[in-house]
Amino acid sequence: MATTPISHPRAKSPARRALGRFGSKPGAMIGLAVFASLLLLMLVHPLVSGIGPNTIDLRAINQGPSASHWLGTDGVGRDVFARLLEGGRISLLVAVTSSVASLVIGFLIGAVAGLGGRIADAIAMRSVDVAMTLPPVILLLVLASITGPGIGPTILVISLLSWPVLSRLVRSRLLELGQRDFVVASRGMGAGLGHLIWRHALPNSIDILVVFATLQVASAILLEAGLSFLGLGVPPPDASWGNMLFAARSTTVLTNYPWQWMFPGLALVVVVLAINFIGDGLRDAFDPRSEGA
Amino acid sequence: MSEQTDFLSVRGLTKHYVQRGIGRRQTVHALDDVSFTVARGETVGLVGESGSGKTTIGRAILRLIEPTAGQVLLDGTDVTALSPRALRRFRKRMQYVFQDPYASLSPRMTIGEILTEGLVLQGVRGREKRRQMALDALASVDLPADALDRYAFEFSGGQRQRIGIARALVLEPELIVADEPVSALDVSVQAQTINLLRSLQQRNNLTMLFISHDLGVVEYVCDRIIVLFLGRIMEIASSETLLKAPRHPYTRALISAVPGLDPDADRSGQQVLQGDIPNPANPPSGCVFRTRCPHAIDRCAAEVPPLEEVEPGHFKACIRDV
Repeated sequence: MATTPISHPRAKSPARRALGRFGSKPGAMIGLAVFASLLLLMLVHPLVSGIGPNTIDLRAINQGPSASHWLGTDGVGRDVFARLLEGGRISLLVAVTSSVASLVIGFLIGAVAGLGGRIADAIAMRSVDVAMTLPPVILLLVLASITGPGIGPTILVISLLSWPVLSRLVRSRLLELGQRDFVVASRGMGAGLGHLIWRHALPNSIDILVVFATLQVASAILLEAGLSFLGLGVPPPDASWGNMLFAARSTTVLTNYPWQWMFPGLALVVVVLAINFIGDGLRDAFDPRSEGA
Repeated sequence: MSEQTDFLSVRGLTKHYVQRGIGRRQTVHALDDVSFTVARGETVGLVGESGSGKTTIGRAILRLIEPTAGQVLLDGTDVTALSPRALRRFRKRMQYVFQDPYASLSPRMTIGEILTEGLVLQGVRGREKRRQMALDALASVDLPADALDRYAFEFSGGQRQRIGIARALVLEPELIVADEPVSALDVSVQAQTINLLRSLQQRNNLTMLFISHDLGVVEYVCDRIIVLFLGRIMEIASSETLLKAPRHPYTRALISAVPGLDPDADRSGQQVLQGDIPNPANPPSGCVFRTRCPHAIDRCAAEVPPLEEVEPGHFKACIRDV
């Protein structure tokens, strides 16, 4: 039989096609634009502005928005705009770090459970069950009493709480993947667990991981805000959206100085919404069934 | 074949699946006490209907599934006794060609990555050397070199199957288990793929187990044929003998079920089997074929018929001589 050259143009890889689908989703692109510009603002602001998040202006306590303080000031004369951006940096730092940590832990445990055989599966899934029963507030109280509240313990708690869900998703994907012929072929060529995880499990659960990561960033921001609002998360004077809301919870502030809680709350809602839109777009992009849509 | 040294020797290979339900527990007999030998360079066909255990034998020999009992000796090494580590090294010598050319190639890897995966796993050093070996393997299955940077979905079923064959051959194995390698392909592509497989087998002096339900294909490719029913061997004979002078009633039924091209052919002598294949979780006592056998007598239910040599190189598992 003759060797026939294949002349049609080179096709894009599966990941590139997913990216192309993502680009054609207006909701996801708006979310990405909003998130990217807020991120840029957070990163650039401390470089160009003279007012830091902890700079106290005693002549302007509980002042409304003005030319010098765009979003007003709080009860000790700190600039709300500067604190809002500082809080965003810390909230995002906590959210992204804890999401990455839970991504790695969740994927590895799910992968060992899904591909490592029956005994490894049993051990891994029991540890998932245990981790799922951890009560967040009590865990944080215990940790805080050992290390004191702070950014580190908050990251640790959020990571410890959120990986089990991912493990379950990854495991069920890999239980099915392990029976597929190309994975059987790989084992038949001498693949061990490490190779199977790196070369087959990872590329074939990348959709789960990307979607989990984005949605997890959003829920970690909320969890951090919740913990900080209870006074268990990021402690003052560091700013976070949660502890800004916490500081503004008295009736006087709620009724008389709305800029002190309205703007952090608004920022929280906008960022979480934007990230969720991005996550939805990614989920659709990785779903081959949405190709025609 | 007995004068030749056995390259592959399968002894009492058994695979049972235990199904646990609430308050009940049943054992599915996928494979029961299967023994046969294959000489080096020989091609042996495994034939039987769906559920007869063809694929289970192929995968159990390569330890892609763990057999419940029995031994597999490949060139004197007991494959079933190898440690996981030793087994991974040993896998270089035995490779599998899959039935479904769509499921057997990863959608997320280029053909180059698929072909070099085994080389990486078997510790072949040097990216260039591996690439060259992949190119050679591609050329041996008549695919162009520019296929290396493409993805599997860009190829047709027949091309994919050739990639699957190239993947098995790139490791330079001595034993190939080909599991219905053409049954998922168009008829026009089947002949092409069969001829390719046969010429590669002869050129590299490969020992091949060829699993199929298509007697015509098996007769063309194989030196000897093993007929399976419900996880047991019914008959073993050379291809010619098996098709011309079958001794087991099941083999006869299989052969007479092969459709001919002539619609007006006389089919009055055709023997059609009644009923379905028995439940492997609850196989019949004695001979597993007796419930569908036109020649069954009471004694068939009483004892498991041994695989006996009826003439040199021709074995059958049937107590009747009909």
